[in-house]
Amino acid sequence: MNIKIKSENFSFYYDEVKALKNVSMDIIKNKVIGIIGPSGCGKSTFLRSINRMNDLIQGARCEGTLMIDGKDIYAPDIDVVRIRRQIGMVFQKSNPFPKSIFDNVAYGLRINGVKDKDYIHHKVEKSLKDAALWSEVENRLSKSAFDLSGGQQQRLCIARALAVEPEVLLMDEPASALDPSSTLKIEELIQELKKKYTIIIVTHNMQQAARISDYTAFFMTGELLEYDITSKIFTKPSKKITEDYITGRFG
Amino acid sequence: MNKKKVTEFIGFALLRLSIAMVGLILIIILYDIISRGAGKISWEFLTTMPKNGMTEGGILPAIVGTFIVTVITAILAVPLGMGCAIYLNEYAKDNLITRIIRMSIRNLSGVPSIVYGLFGVILFVQLMHLGTSILSSGLTLGLMTLPWTITASEEALKNVPNSYREGALALGASKWQTISTNVLPYAVPGMLTGTILGLARAAGETAPILFTGAAFYLPFLPKSLSSQFMALPYHLYIMSTQHHAIDKVRPIAYATALVLIVLVFTINLSAIALRYRLRKRRME
Repeated sequence: MNIKIKSENFSFYYDEVKALKNVSMDIIKNKVIGIIGPSGCGKSTFLRSINRMNDLIQGARCEGTLMIDGKDIYAPDIDVVRIRRQIGMVFQKSNPFPKSIFDNVAYGLRINGVKDKDYIHHKVEKSLKDAALWSEVENRLSKSAFDLSGGQQQRLCIARALAVEPEVLLMDEPASALDPSSTLKIEELIQELKKKYTIIIVTHNMQQAARISDYTAFFMTGELLEYDITSKIFTKPSKKITEDYITGRFG
Repeated sequence: MNKKKVTEFIGFALLRLSIAMVGLILIIILYDIISRGAGKISWEFLTTMPKNGMTEGGILPAIVGTFIVTVITAILAVPLGMGCAIYLNEYAKDNLITRIIRMSIRNLSGVPSIVYGLFGVILFVQLMHLGTSILSSGLTLGLMTLPWTITASEEALKNVPNSYREGALALGASKWQTISTNVLPYAVPGMLTGTILGLARAAGETAPILFTGAAFYLPFLPKSLSSQFMALPYHLYIMSTQHHAIDKVRPIAYATALVLIVLVFTINLSAIALRYRLRKRRME
């Protein structure tokens, strides 16, 4: 098996609060990993540790190791900017920039120094196609991204993340603010994307985790309680508490 | 009428009275100045030198002086103020030192302008040997305006949603790329508005230029940055309190006040227009 991301005894602190406790898990390439758990269980913290977005929080620190392709993400000599390019992220609340649709997708290319206009055009088109948005926007690429619907905005953010050719895609409840049909589109998209990317998705919605993920991780109070093939987690969980959570007895 | 309605009636009546009072005061001031000053204003008044001990002629050197001194103020206060604000809001950690710095800046904006004037005399006129000059005055006004520009610019930066920063960083932008391409473009309209309002205030100040470079009566334009100069607020002060033929120059004083008010009003209006235009462009 080809391990893309490996977490070994990874712990995370906000000042003195231990938000993640010795998390160890292997994430296999080109799979969808669903992370579930009640609010405040550390699932978003874990996700944001992988591309070091938690660096922005003052007083945050970590222990243990988190690796991508065997390289320590938190090694002192690592280039954070490269890590973030390699590990894309889609946020819970879609965050298009106040630019045109085209410029949103081209943003990542431009800041990475791409000047070739033809290449940018080609890449924007391809990313929008990969995010299943091209047919809806091809005639209005120069219009503001704010004119799009909520679901379209989220797919635009996915396209923007894809344009810089990441290897891993982190998604933090990407469909939580969307209506059912937009959610369905995003879910179908994830199935397409996993052919090329490794996808780690945090979700509040257990049916969604069951539908889209190959593996499911169940977090609670900062601990990884259970991590297994999705069908096993949802049919024969090895722990009583996992079963209680997925059957909706709490959370 | 029940009690609730009476309370509401009294409450609203008091609020209406407040706004009426403020409006009335403003109208009286403007009426007084316009009615007594407008007659004196002519093309000649705006474009000629004062003559005969300032009892005749125009106010051209005061207009030019105020313009130049405001430009010097802007050159010092705008880039430095924006730079400080970017550092404080985007780079500085939120710790005790940053908080003390921020509090000091807030307090500096409340320091009386005469204190800045005297400080300018010591620092620019004497220690830096710039003499009583338009440069010293401009720098003094610049120092006075700086806390305003910093505070206004920081507020503008705070109004840029954090999701723009996170989104850019997550795409592999460096911190500086994030700020320059995805924060500043959206903060600049607010930064400029606050800054221009600060400059308008500086243009109308008398105390900071009183000892640092403004002259009583100079019937020629400043020749260099080390020249003394005439300025509208100082000219107004002289014409209304210090002149030997005070009754004779009364109309000139009123006309000067009117020009100053129009100037400050125009600067403020341009700030609003600029903000509106930049906002509209961003939405497109």
